[in-house]
Amino acid sequence: MMADQTLDAKGLNCPLPILRAKKALKDMATGQTLEIIATDPGSMADFDAFCRTTGNQMLESKQDGKLYTFLIKRTA
Amino acid sequence: MAIQTPDGTAASNAKSMSIIVTKGSLDWAYPPFILATTAAAMGVDVTMFFTFYGLPLLLKKLDLQISALGNPAMKMPMMGTHMVMPNIVGMIPGVHAAATVMMKNLIKKKGVASIEELREAAVESEVKMIACQMTMDLFEYDRKDMIDGIQIGGAATYMEQALKSDVNLYI
Repeated sequence: MMADQTLDAKGLNCPLPILRAKKALKDMATGQTLEIIATDPGSMADFDAFCRTTGNQMLESKQDGKLYTFLIKRTA
Repeated sequence: MAIQTPDGTAASNAKSMSIIVTKGSLDWAYPPFILATTAAAMGVDVTMFFTFYGLPLLLKKLDLQISALGNPAMKMPMMGTHMVMPNIVGMIPGVHAAATVMMKNLIKKKGVASIEELREAAVESEVKMIACQMTMDLFEYDRKDMIDGIQIGGAATYMEQALKSDVNLYI
């Protein structure tokens, strides 16, 4: 599935991936999807918590070696 | 009451958090700014109250330092191990400046945000920042040396916010 927008958060540490993701989501329309690529191992738990709290939808979350990829749909 | 946030989402049920910021060293400046910016990103209304040694975190020009003195838990990674700095070493002139440089290099290397960057994010995400008037008088700080967008207040201003907040922290 192709995301409407991709955010490269590689090399960034907590809380920057969340802050950059929020900034990107803010400018997107409801229903659009944001792909985030991160290297912070903590981002796995943090993006889940972010989505549960804000009501945005985590469509996909996967780890490939040292890369973490998330696909979030703006629903909130 | 339905309040509109800048991104157009309704914030009528927004949770709120207040943080009392009392420490202004480079290491202690992180927890309040990380929590404030993350909470704001999660739709929480955040108020930060800067008092005593936390107040200089609102100065336009930040010059944050770190010290190992009296902090036995501070262990810096070095050549595959962790180094503790005995108090007697920490007292030697120049050691504290060197520790600060070492910490700033680590921060950059590990992709950790600078305090300046986090503070800017806090301002952008409309975190309410209150400077303690009493501390400004006590330590002779001038409003014109502080960043824009802050308010000045005292304990009652903080308490009004704290009483209606879901989370209140003292850091």
